[in-house]
Amino acid sequence: MSEFMIRRFFQSAIVILAMSAIVFFGVNVVGDPVDMLINPEADQADIEATIRALGLDRPIGEQYLFFLKGIWVGDFGKSFIFGQPALQLILQRMPATMELAFAALFLSIVIGIPLGLFAGLRPESRASKGIMAGSIMGFSLPTFWVGLMMIIIFAVELGWLPSTGRGDTATFLGITSSLFTLDGLSHICLPAFNLALLKISLVIRLTRAGTREAVHQDYIKFARAKGLSDRRIIGVHLLKNILIPVVTVIGLEFGSLIAFSVVTETIFAWPGMGKLLIESILVLDRPVIVAYLMIIVALFVFINLAVDIVYSLLDPRVRLRDQGA
Amino acid sequence: MTAVDDTMEMVEGQRSGEDAPTLVVENLKTHFFTRVGAVKAVDDVSFTVRAGEILGLAGESGSGKSITGFSILGLIDPPGRVVSGAIRFKGEDLVTASPERLRGLRGNRIAMIFQDPMMTLNPVLRVDTQMIEAIQAHRKMDRKAARQRAYDALEMVGIPSPGERLNAYPHQLSGGMRQRVAIAIAFLNEPDLIIADEPTTALDVTIQAQILHEAQALCKRTGTAMIWITHDLAVVAGLADRIAVMYAGRIVETGETDDVIDKPLHPYSVGLLGSVPSANKRGERLNQIPGMTPSLIGLPPGCAFKARCPRASELCNTTPDVSELIPGRKIRCHHPHLEEAAQ
Ligand SMILES: Nc1ncnc2c1ncn2[C@@H]1O[C@H](COP(=O)(O)OP(=O)(O)O)[C@@H](O)[C@H]1O
Ligand code: SF4
Ligand SMILES: [Mg+2]
Repeated sequence: MSEFMIRRFFQSAIVILAMSAIVFFGVNVVGDPVDMLINPEADQADIEATIRALGLDRPIGEQYLFFLKGIWVGDFGKSFIFGQPALQLILQRMPATMELAFAALFLSIVIGIPLGLFAGLRPESRASKGIMAGSIMGFSLPTFWVGLMMIIIFAVELGWLPSTGRGDTATFLGITSSLFTLDGLSHICLPAFNLALLKISLVIRLTRAGTREAVHQDYIKFARAKGLSDRRIIGVHLLKNILIPVVTVIGLEFGSLIAFSVVTETIFAWPGMGKLLIESILVLDRPVIVAYLMIIVALFVFINLAVDIVYSLLDPRVRLRDQGA
Repeated sequence: MTAVDDTMEMVEGQRSGEDAPTLVVENLKTHFFTRVGAVKAVDDVSFTVRAGEILGLAGESGSGKSITGFSILGLIDPPGRVVSGAIRFKGEDLVTASPERLRGLRGNRIAMIFQDPMMTLNPVLRVDTQMIEAIQAHRKMDRKAARQRAYDALEMVGIPSPGERLNAYPHQLSGGMRQRVAIAIAFLNEPDLIIADEPTTALDVTIQAQILHEAQALCKRTGTAMIWITHDLAVVAGLADRIAVMYAGRIVETGETDDVIDKPLHPYSVGLLGSVPSANKRGERLNQIPGMTPSLIGLPPGCAFKARCPRASELCNTTPDVSELIPGRKIRCHHPHLEEAAQ
């Protein structure tokens, strides 16, 4: 287990380093660094001071090392707009994005797995064909369009749910979230469902494919030959086998859920990191953009690592192989 | 389901006093309705198994042996269906039994062991989980007692240090070990009938012999009836009391093991055992019969073996009936090897 962990940590560090190089050279080499790095509204003396402070008069390699040193201590520079450190700005917005992503993850599991299971067990039934048609729509309709439709139907026409903002928040166990208030929950419904749509479709397909494969396996037939109830065969024998790949993929997709929330947050005016990113891009707030990219990469890497560990806990074959190694 | 004995050991001969056969299969037809036509996997099959008796069901791959077994358990899935016939288990017809009744019998009164031990145990569940659930599905027993019972069953089938094996996952056990676990599971609820579907085919020869020997001893000791399915007559020659030879969905010959092995009557059995039936064929491997097993879709009328049969005649274009030309020996053939048998 430990050798495996060390290897995975090492790989993760390399990915983050590579991404820092891409971000750095993307911002500093492709464009004109002076234009991109310095607030154009500053006066001449400020500009020159900043050029020296940022080391833009130094060789490029040295500049990159300087940039890395900044990352290491969490210093991405100050936002041109807010005057606050970029990292702090993003961290302030992170809980809103996280709760949205978690709500979407939750929806994709509680909706996707039962529907996929049903479609896999009764592939010929009309309901299953309906579920599969729905999942194709979920894959192919653009998120922003579905979001707008949801606002028109549920917020404007029916008036059931609010369509903008995060609503009231409350603190529970040291976590402040809108998930703990009724008003917050009503606010998160539409954006979470919008963000989850693609993942629900994905989970349905994965679960269905896994189920259809598993029902023909000998161990399922043997479980039936033992006279077990359908409930136990499906709930334990089948589900435990198909959950391994499904959980792995859901976990890996969590990163993309955070990344994709950019679109959903913009449509529903959800005050998260994604909305901040779009606003920062519009006003060319470079430190915030760089900080966002680096944080997203770090999150992806961390999630992959966590998924590997959970996967090894779920599947005894992986767990024991690593123990033996 | 009534009067369940809660101890593992069985009084010898407890069930042998019962006169009614454990299982009577009569004119069973199980067909699969596929897009290209009906596959007559089991077509008019009849046989009987008595308590404590081992019936060897032999035939080439694809002859319908497994489907016969699954039909008895009520585990035929669409597009397959038991079309007609009766399966009487201790007098009760299973073809018309409710799904819940069948579930109550499966793994309890009738157990099955599958061919490939690598695939039959669930890879993500521990051995004890898979054994305890098999007990608790059929009787109220707390986990501790059920685990003890599982332990005893593993010990009974010759598994060393059963305590460790109970905590293992299937992939930590060898193929032979896994098949022993499957056999232990089959015996857990002291069934009246065990259907063993080529349980030793995937194992190497020494382990095969050990398992055969143990299964036979267990059956005799517990009075359990057994159907031992195989494609290798040599395997059942030393094991079964009686043999039924199956070809293309039909049983073509039945009789006492010694009679069938020494003096096969059906040209197909003769082919399986070697061209000239001679004194003792025990322990010899199957001969290859020229030709192929026919497709079970759209079989032409008449004997299914006629394309490969050296004795075929005009008459064989009509389906032969089952006849009992010699007492205790049933044959489905127009021209059986009666001359050799008479010697
Ligand atoms: N689900 C199915 N659909 C169509 N045909 C099937 C199905 N299952 C089995 N069969 C056919 O039934 C026949 C008998 O199969 P089986 O009982 O497994 O043979 P074996 O004697 O090798 O155990 C085979 O020809 C097989 O093609
Ligand atoms: S019925 Fe005819 S073809 Fe069939 S086995 Fe007998 S002799 Fe051969
Ligand atoms: Mg078979």
